[in-house]
Amino acid sequence: MSDGAERIEIGTDQDVVRVRQLVRTVAVAVKLSLVDQTKLVTAASELARNTLVYGGGGSVEVDRVDNGRRQGIRIVFADRGPGIADLDLALTDGYTTGNGLGLGLSGARRLVDEFAIDTAVGRGTTVTVTKWCR
Amino acid sequence: MERVPILKIGEILLVSIQIDMEDQVALQLQEDLAERVVATGCHGVVIDISALDIVDSFVGRTLATIASISRVLDAETVVVGMRPAVAITLVELGLSLPGIRTALNVELGMALLARDREAAGALDFAALDEEATSAAVDEP
Repeated sequence: MSDGAERIEIGTDQDVVRVRQLVRTVAVAVKLSLVDQTKLVTAASELARNTLVYGGGGSVEVDRVDNGRRQGIRIVFADRGPGIADLDLALTDGYTTGNGLGLGLSGARRLVDEFAIDTAVGRGTTVTVTKWCR
Repeated sequence: MERVPILKIGEILLVSIQIDMEDQVALQLQEDLAERVVATGCHGVVIDISALDIVDSFVGRTLATIASISRVLDAETVVVGMRPAVAITLVELGLSLPGIRTALNVELGMALLARDREAAGALDFAALDEEATSAAVDEP
């Protein structure tokens, strides 16, 4: 169930800022608690930056969801970049192929309720996260 | 591109981040601060993040780098005003900002730096006194 997803194309640093602002707006609208808003916006910032830096750009879709009991937000980050060869390694704290801290993917996973990643070398990466209202 | 202003208040540089920074703005702040520390000879930097509703790993790393650079340039950095939700999120993200000193607000941050400076000054004087005393003893 959804009332219309909003989509942002990711091509520059500024688009990452726009993703944070959109996620914040939707998080407030579904009445996530302040701590959960902060966690979700932070996770979205990490994942949108990954889409830009490692995926070479892509898109982010933010959608309100409802499982019949609770409201939540689902965010899909998609790129057509090189993909992730070793997913377990990529999800390890402190591992990075760039020059970051290696906390983006693993940290973002801890900040959301549901985390799914679909990746194939040469085809790109799609990360889907969901946060539910308590 | 927007730029974060750096104010000089007495012996301290004060930075209050009021915007949602894109990554380039954070990197620019890092460079600007290093230059201002050297140009002013200030021994303390206070970075106020009370207006930030998130600190992600990039901004967290930038703050840590600023603190390291400042230390090499003989200035101490204190990050002040972190919101509770931001602190909770940072720790869960896996970033506990080791090596960064914090205070609850600008006033406490400035007091912390002033105390440090006084303590350092007292040590210097003690060393000088000792030198003077030993010099006096050496004299015939």
